[in-house]
Amino acid sequence: MRCVINGEMIDLPAHIRTVAQLLQHFRIHEKIAIVEINANIIMKEKYEHAAIADGDRIEIVHFVGGG
Amino acid sequence: MDRYSRQQLFAPIGERGQQHIREKHVLVIGAGALGAANAESLVRAGIGKITIIDRDYVEWSNLQRQQLYTEEDATNRLPKAIAAAMHLRAINRDVVVEPIVADADARLLEHVVARERPHVIIDSTDNFDVRMIINDVSQKYDVPWIYGACVGSYGLSYVIVPNETPCLRCLLEEVPLGNATCDTAGIISPVVHMVVAHQTAEALKICVHAQVNRKLVSFDIWHGQYRMIDVHKLKKDDCPSCSERRTYPALQYENETKFAVLCGRETVQIRPAHRGEQEWTTLLSFLTKRGIQVEQNDYLFSFTIHRHRFVVFSDGRVLIHGTNDVQEAKRLYYQYLG
Ligand SMILES: [Zn+2]
Repeated sequence: MRCVINGEMIDLPAHIRTVAQLLQHFRIHEKIAIVEINANIIMKEKYEHAAIADGDRIEIVHFVGGG
Repeated sequence: MDRYSRQQLFAPIGERGQQHIREKHVLVIGAGALGAANAESLVRAGIGKITIIDRDYVEWSNLQRQQLYTEEDATNRLPKAIAAAMHLRAINRDVVVEPIVADADARLLEHVVARERPHVIIDSTDNFDVRMIINDVSQKYDVPWIYGACVGSYGLSYVIVPNETPCLRCLLEEVPLGNATCDTAGIISPVVHMVVAHQTAEALKICVHAQVNRKLVSFDIWHGQYRMIDVHKLKKDDCPSCSERRTYPALQYENETKFAVLCGRETVQIRPAHRGEQEWTTLLSFLTKRGIQVEQNDYLFSFTIHRHRFVVFSDGRVLIHGTNDVQEAKRLYYQYLG
């Protein structure tokens, strides 16, 4: 499956089908991430079930603490 | 007379906006890379008053990106708030600059915000414990605050306006652990300036009563990424910080000596429950009598025992450099200063 993630076309391994799996793939902790798919923000409690489809435009923002 | 002419020519500010900026008070929490740059921009812009809180002193490793400081500040180990205030006053003498050398804990922040009622709070801290305190204080006293953070070449910023936007606790279910906040990943100064550019722009908008950006902005200055996300749907009806059932969890005071590892610095900070300037002087003479060589300036004294350097601030806080181990720091603290 190919998706545009943070502006870049990326080939994802076949087993990644949900937002939760996607975050795990990028090693981003769910609780500190904000995910938008095709300009729709995904509520955190739906990460487990929110499906990803070929061609989706996905934005992932993770919080950091430095300054 | 024409000090602010270019800024006034910018139509959304104008002469009227400049007058508004002149009447505003901004509270900057943290005087590291983000704090120094935010403070400088706002002081140059002609803000009326700036209060800047920082717990640390200037070190050589700061000079690469903390733009207000000089080699002399590092040599003298000046507290950042003091050094910042000195340089800010030299940049613009019309601005009232109030430095506070202290740890921005719940008690202090609530005290300062309740007393000063700043118009906006700028987050220039390096950890989420303080940010959650800022978040609660902002809600309790109805003062907007501007989150900003960066690591490596990545940064983000977001404006929290009480009763309008989701708060930080709505967006973050839990506080990110050490790894994500640690300065072991390094940082380059251009991303600092990118975060500061967003924070200062939003602060100026708040000052002139313009509409702030409601979106969460994030970017990677090295890899050329930039995005804005509309997060208004994330506002939570049961948020403990901003909903009707709020309890301000970060403002529950604790009365105990606290030990905290300062990320990536091989340093442990100790904040005693009670200790003031008087005890500081007693401590200083006690150590000198024990034959320990103590270096001091007006704000802190330091001494070295084997491979550990102790820095004791006049507000009672202690930094022990050369360890990441809280147990070891506790032992050393009670051995020499307890
Ligand atoms: Zn909230």
